[in-house]
Amino acid sequence: MRSLIPFRLRPARHGRQPGFGRAEPPLTRQKVAHDPSPSLWAYRMQRVMLTPYLRAFLRVGLPVLAVAAMAGVYMSGEDRRNSVVQVFTDLREKFQSRPEFMVTLVSIEGSSVELADAVRARLDLNLPQSSFDLDLEAARARVVELDAVKGVELRVRSGGVLSVLITERQPVLVWRQASGLSLVDETGHRVAGLFERADRDDLPLIAGEGADAAAPEALEILAAAGPIAPRIRGLVRMGERRWDIVLDRGQRILLPEDRPVRALERLLALDQAQDMLARDLVAVDLRLPNRPTLRLTTYAMNELRRAKGLQPLPETVETEL
Amino acid sequence: MTDLYQTQRVMRNMRRAAMQRGVIAILDVGTSKIACLILKFDGEARLREVEGVGPMAGQSKFRIIGAATTRSRGVRFGEISVMNETERAIRTAVQAAQKMANVRVDHVIACFSGAEPRSYGLAGEIDLEDNVVTEHDIARVLASCDVPDIGPGREVLHAQPVNFALDHRSGLADPRGQIGNRLACDMHLLSVEDSAIQNLLYCIQRCDLELAGIASSAYVSAISSLVEDEQELGAACIDLGGGATGVSIFMKKHMIYADSVRMGGDHVTADISKGLYIPAADAEKIKTRHGGLFATGMDDREMIELGGESGDWEKDRRRISRTELIGIMRPRVEEILEEARTVLDAAGFDHLPSQQIVLTGGGSQIPGLDMLANRILGQRVRLGRPLRVQGLPQAATGPAFASAVGLCLFAAHPQDEWWDFEVPAERYPARSLRRAFRWFKDNW
Repeated sequence: MRSLIPFRLRPARHGRQPGFGRAEPPLTRQKVAHDPSPSLWAYRMQRVMLTPYLRAFLRVGLPVLAVAAMAGVYMSGEDRRNSVVQVFTDLREKFQSRPEFMVTLVSIEGSSVELADAVRARLDLNLPQSSFDLDLEAARARVVELDAVKGVELRVRSGGVLSVLITERQPVLVWRQASGLSLVDETGHRVAGLFERADRDDLPLIAGEGADAAAPEALEILAAAGPIAPRIRGLVRMGERRWDIVLDRGQRILLPEDRPVRALERLLALDQAQDMLARDLVAVDLRLPNRPTLRLTTYAMNELRRAKGLQPLPETVETEL
Repeated sequence: MTDLYQTQRVMRNMRRAAMQRGVIAILDVGTSKIACLILKFDGEARLREVEGVGPMAGQSKFRIIGAATTRSRGVRFGEISVMNETERAIRTAVQAAQKMANVRVDHVIACFSGAEPRSYGLAGEIDLEDNVVTEHDIARVLASCDVPDIGPGREVLHAQPVNFALDHRSGLADPRGQIGNRLACDMHLLSVEDSAIQNLLYCIQRCDLELAGIASSAYVSAISSLVEDEQELGAACIDLGGGATGVSIFMKKHMIYADSVRMGGDHVTADISKGLYIPAADAEKIKTRHGGLFATGMDDREMIELGGESGDWEKDRRRISRTELIGIMRPRVEEILEEARTVLDAAGFDHLPSQQIVLTGGGSQIPGLDMLANRILGQRVRLGRPLRVQGLPQAATGPAFASAVGLCLFAAHPQDEWWDFEVPAERYPARSLRRAFRWFKDNW
C-alpha cells in the first residue's frame, strides 16, 4: 500500500553513508613496521654512492675494467692466444689470395730486348703472387743494380699486371782501361762493356784512372773543343786530377786542374789567331794559367836555334813524355 | 659575540663556496615536519630568454631539484628536544631529497622557529672621517652600535642594518658614496637561545653535513609570503607552525621585529586528542580532514566516526558532530591568535602606517581562519602562500612550506648582515698583526 505521506521521511544523515558520494577512508592505524629513517651507515653509503667521481667510475670505469679482465683471463692461455692469432692470420691470408689481388704477368717497357731479358731475370718473381706479398721496393732495388738501368718504376696495374717502366742509360763516352773498353754515360756510370773501339767510334774516348768520375768535365771540354774536335783522339785523365787532350800527330794539350775549359778556350783563341796547333809542336802546357808553355819537336827546336844562330841541341836531350 | 661573529663569517664563506659548486640544501626543522629542498644554482640564462622576466630578486638563479618532507620527531616548540630522533628525521629527509635530486649535498642552510627569539633595536652614530661615506664607514657605524645585554646563554641570529641616516636625512637604504658629516644607523638584532643553535649544529654535523647558514623561521617565511609592496609598506607575517607561531614585522624591506608564540597546530591536535580520547595521529587526521572554526547548522548533522581498536563496541563506534570538533579547535586557535595579537601590540604594530597581516604556515589552512583572524587581528588580514619558485613540487607549494621556500630565497639573495662588513681596525686587539695590516690597508 502506498504511503499517505507525500514526501519521504528520511532519517537525518549520520555522517556519510556508505555508497553515498565518495567512500571516506577509514582512520587507519597501521603500525609502522620499522623506523623509516635510514641507519647512519645506510645514509653514509648513499652519500658515498652519490659522489660524482665514484658514479662516473661505476658507470664507465668498472664495465671497462670488467671487460678487460675477462679478456685478459681468456687470453692468458697459450693455445687460446695462438688460436685467436691463427683465426686472424687465416682471414688475412684468405683475403690477400683472392684472384683480384694476384699478379700474373710482368710487362717491361722502355728498354731494348736484351735489357728486358736481363731485367726479367733480375726481378726473379715467383708468379703468380699476391700483390700484398710483392715487395716492390726490393724488386726495384734489384733492377736498379743493373748498370744499363738508369731508373725504374714498378707499378701493379689492374688485371694482375706488374708494369716495369725502365729508363735506360745512354752511353756518351768510351773509357779505355787496362782491363778493356767500357761505355760510360754522362755521369760517369758504366753502361756496358765494349769489345772493340771500332764498334762505337762515334763516341769520344777517355782514358786513365778515375776518368769516369770526371766524365762531366770531359764532356764539357769536348763540347768546348769546337774547331779542333776532328783532331782529338781522346782525353787522358792524369793522376786523377787533370785532363790531357791527345790530338793526332802525337800532339798533347795539358789542361790545368781547375777551369780547364777556360784554358782550352784561350788556347783555341791562340790557335785561331796564329794557327798554332798546325805547327810542329809536341805539347802545349796550359797548367800554369799565366804562362802557357810550348814544347817543340827536336827538328823544330833545332830549326829555331839555327835561325837564332845557335848550335842545334844534341839528339839525346829529347825527353819522353 | 665575536665568537658568533666568526661563526657567521665562516658560514657565509661556506655558503658562497656551496653556491659556487652549485648545489645547496635547505632544511626546515619544524615541530610537525622536516622539509629538505635541494637547490641547484645554474645561472639565470634559461629564464632570461623569456620576454619580460627579470632577475626577480634572485629566485630565478636557482631551481629545486630535490624535495622531501618527513614527519618530525624529537622537536618540541620548534626546538630540538631529543637529538637522536631529530637527527634520524633529518637524515630521512636529506636522504630522500638526495635520492630525488640524484646529487650529493654537503652544505645545508637551516631554519627553526623556536628558541625564544628576542628583538632589539640598536642605534649607532659616528662622525665621518672625510665627507664621503665608504664601506669602511658603514662597518664603523655598525660597530659603533651599543650592543645591549642579551643575557647569558643567548646568541645573535640576525643583525641587520635597517636604516641609515646621514646628517638630517633618514631612511637611506644604502648611503655609500653620499656626502655628509654624521652617519647614524639603526640595526635590528635578533637573539635566540644558544642551546637551540648548538643542538641543531650538532644534529647537522652528525648527518655529515655542514651548516652554511642559519635563519629564523619567522623571518624567512615572511620573505616568501609577503609580497614586495607589503614588505616595503609594512606588514606582519604570522607563521602558524606546528609547535610555535612565528611573528615578524617588516618595514621598508627589512625585518624590524620578530618573536614567537610557543603554541601552534600541535596544541590544537593535542586538545582534540584529549577532548575526544583518541590517539594523536587520529586527532591530526580528523583535524585536517574535518577541522574548522565556524560552526553552521550543517555541521550539526555531519557526523565524524572516531573509530578505535579497543574491542569495546561502545568506544569504537563513537561519533561526534563537526560542531563538537569546532568547539574544541576554536578556543585554542583563538588563544594562539590572541597571543600573536599581544606580541604585535608589544611590538607597537598598531603604530605602523600599514596594518596588513599575512597568515601563513600549515595552521593557516584551517577553514575559517581568516574570518576568525579578522575578529582578533583586525580587518586587513589575508592568507599568504609562499612565492612560486622554479622546480618546486606541487605538494610543497602550500603555506606549510613558507619557511622552506623563504629559506631558498634567503640562500639565493641574502640580506646584508652585520658580519658581511669588514671589522673596523679599532675592534681588533691592540697588538694584533691584523690590526697593523688593516691600518696599512686603510691608510694607503
